[in-house]
Amino acid sequence: MTLGTFRGGIHPPDKKELSKDKVISVPKPPARVVISLSQHIGAPCKPVVEIGQSVKKGEIIGSAEGFVSAPVHSSVSGKVIAMGEFPSATGRMSQCIVIENNMQEEWTVLKDNPDYEKLSAEELREKVKQAGIVGMGGAAFPAHVKLSPPKEKPIDYVIINGAECEPYLTADYRLMMERASDIVAGLKVLMKILGVSKGCIGIENNKPDAVEMMQWAAKGDDSITVQSLEVKYPQGAEKMLIKSVTGRKVPPRGLPMDVGVVVHNIGTAVAVFEAARYGKPLIERVVTVTGEAIREPKNLLVKIGTLVSDVIAECGGLLSETAKVISGGPMMGFALSTLDVPVTKGTSGILALAEQPVMHSDHFEPCIRCGRCIDVCPMGLMPSMLSVLSEKGLYEESKEYKLFDCFECGSCTYVCPSKRPIVQFVRLAKSQVKP
Amino acid sequence: MDNAKNNRQLVVSVSPHIKSEETTARIMWSVSAALLPAAAMGAYFFGPRAVLTMFISIFVSVLTEYLYQKGMKKKNTIQDGSAFLTGLLLGLNLPASVPFYIPVVGAVVSVLITKMIFGGLGYNIFNPALVGRAFLLISFPKLMTIWTTPTAAFVKVDAITTATPLGILKEEGLQKLLDTFGGSFNYYMQMLSGNRAGSIGETSAIALLAGAAFLFYKRYISWHIPFSFLGSAALMAWVFGGKGALFTGDPLVHLLSGGMLIGAFFMATDYVTSPAVKKGQILFGAGCGFLTMLIRLKGGYPEGVMFAILIMNCLTPMIDRGFRTEVFGTRREAKG
Repeated sequence: MTLGTFRGGIHPPDKKELSKDKVISVPKPPARVVISLSQHIGAPCKPVVEIGQSVKKGEIIGSAEGFVSAPVHSSVSGKVIAMGEFPSATGRMSQCIVIENNMQEEWTVLKDNPDYEKLSAEELREKVKQAGIVGMGGAAFPAHVKLSPPKEKPIDYVIINGAECEPYLTADYRLMMERASDIVAGLKVLMKILGVSKGCIGIENNKPDAVEMMQWAAKGDDSITVQSLEVKYPQGAEKMLIKSVTGRKVPPRGLPMDVGVVVHNIGTAVAVFEAARYGKPLIERVVTVTGEAIREPKNLLVKIGTLVSDVIAECGGLLSETAKVISGGPMMGFALSTLDVPVTKGTSGILALAEQPVMHSDHFEPCIRCGRCIDVCPMGLMPSMLSVLSEKGLYEESKEYKLFDCFECGSCTYVCPSKRPIVQFVRLAKSQVKP
Repeated sequence: MDNAKNNRQLVVSVSPHIKSEETTARIMWSVSAALLPAAAMGAYFFGPRAVLTMFISIFVSVLTEYLYQKGMKKKNTIQDGSAFLTGLLLGLNLPASVPFYIPVVGAVVSVLITKMIFGGLGYNIFNPALVGRAFLLISFPKLMTIWTTPTAAFVKVDAITTATPLGILKEEGLQKLLDTFGGSFNYYMQMLSGNRAGSIGETSAIALLAGAAFLFYKRYISWHIPFSFLGSAALMAWVFGGKGALFTGDPLVHLLSGGMLIGAFFMATDYVTSPAVKKGQILFGAGCGFLTMLIRLKGGYPEGVMFAILIMNCLTPMIDRGFRTEVFGTRREAKG
């Protein structure tokens, strides 16, 4: 099989061996959960519960406001004990509901659908929406929005993103190894909703066993293919993945639907299946807890709203040399300033790095114009120019170098021999000018 | 919650949180290492004077950068290896017979005037070593064009003044050049080993190619600049380099003589002073080759590599503006 690929990209050490063989396990239930009302891109939810109120597991606690939004549900049964602003992984404050867990695991009534395959596209889309499903790769874009393309954008291809190109992370890999059939079932639901006859699961070929597993699960269905992809970061970036799988290139500032494609994450596919089959809302997700500074790396099925500190305690705690704790992967994740932030629907990993691999420094050197960043930029930008212009405060000029086409994958910063914080310069420039 | 754990001091910074091990210093020192074979051959053929010349050039380059930064109360950067590399390149580009104040003057011009005053590494417009050499050539034309025959190792022989192969080619023609070396086979062999008159580090093609191979292997340079440089020079030499008729020139004579190889692989490829985008690099290299041959064939100097690269250095900002990269998705692939 020829490997799908794209121009540019980098090859950081993948470090997946720390957690790749750890079967997904269920941690002990947290004493309380802090559930954010803003776990997705779009309008925050409106709380529909009050302090003191009892809630059941799966009960809706925040309702979606507007089309680009997704409801949130309680991940435990218990009592609402607080509401207010709490720190989130991105460093900003967000409106949260705190629920004390009564450890009873009492579910709200879910609608079981053994015949879910007979439901109409409309009904299935509604189930995805009600389940509060968002993109689980990190961006957390509400899934039902992607499943409602405008008429003038015909979709003919659904891609499931199994690249998992971020080093360290193994959550999607474990799901592919343990729940391959559910992923395929979820993909079929997505294809039905979009009325599409072509589905593909794209997987980096450093996971040959996952490729085999998915091929086995999709056997006998001609509409679904499994595509091996070259191991290269950022293979899982939406535009790169679409190019690698279909050869189509999403135009600058365009969306996948502009080339007839909808991309969903592995975790999202599982959640879509569970929503369609069991009516189960998105209240838990697989999180890879790993890094050199975690005592026992694990892949955990974590209830949404569990604090990072609880998750880390479940993995034996941090080693003393811990320098940085990251929500997400090492290339695009957020460094945490406190461990008292909750896991959200978009949290793919919790990564504790020791002093050595962090290599953070407040010192960087001038650009020597070596061009490495230009060679690796998957978007075909000139990061060297962006960083120099931003450093000099020439933000308006940096737009000439396509500032807003940068999606901050960090490849440039990874390769820069002068250790320039290019992504930081790009973000600074973006915050100073309008697109 | 465990408070001790939460009071831990965590580092917070913008992603990405991992970085490659490549550093500017490692690149600079590696390029210097790649020049060692050429320096060793220079020492072998031109003797202790050559070693001393290179040493002075390097020492004064590094000292100049150190003193400038000390005086200006700036951070000391001599450990990044760029001043060392400039000094080494300058030394390799001097005749072995120059008095010892020549590398001193050259190194000061290279580092102080060409690099530090413009803002240090990354901000200079011209290749520092080449500006140093150009300054010396123009200020001390006699001293800079006295070439001695290689004395083969440290054998005690009095150096005899002679002309470089390019000098003979310019003044007396190809036939005379080949006769001097005893036929074309001997000529090429001597050019490959470096047993000929010339600057200390430019004569041994084998040593320079070995160093270049190392840089390619480490991916510190790509083919774009050196190959377009040598390609366009070879083309020019073949078309216009013959006596009388077109298309009768000997490209190899030109590629192997003078500073062509050290220029194409080690000087024109300087990151700071060459274009950053590959397409631009090809134009830059082709321009270097073209100008080199224009000067060699039609100019007043027998050698043109230095001026060719310096002229193309001036054009680099323009080339960089003209040749930008294409944003992903600008041209759409056929639907598949």
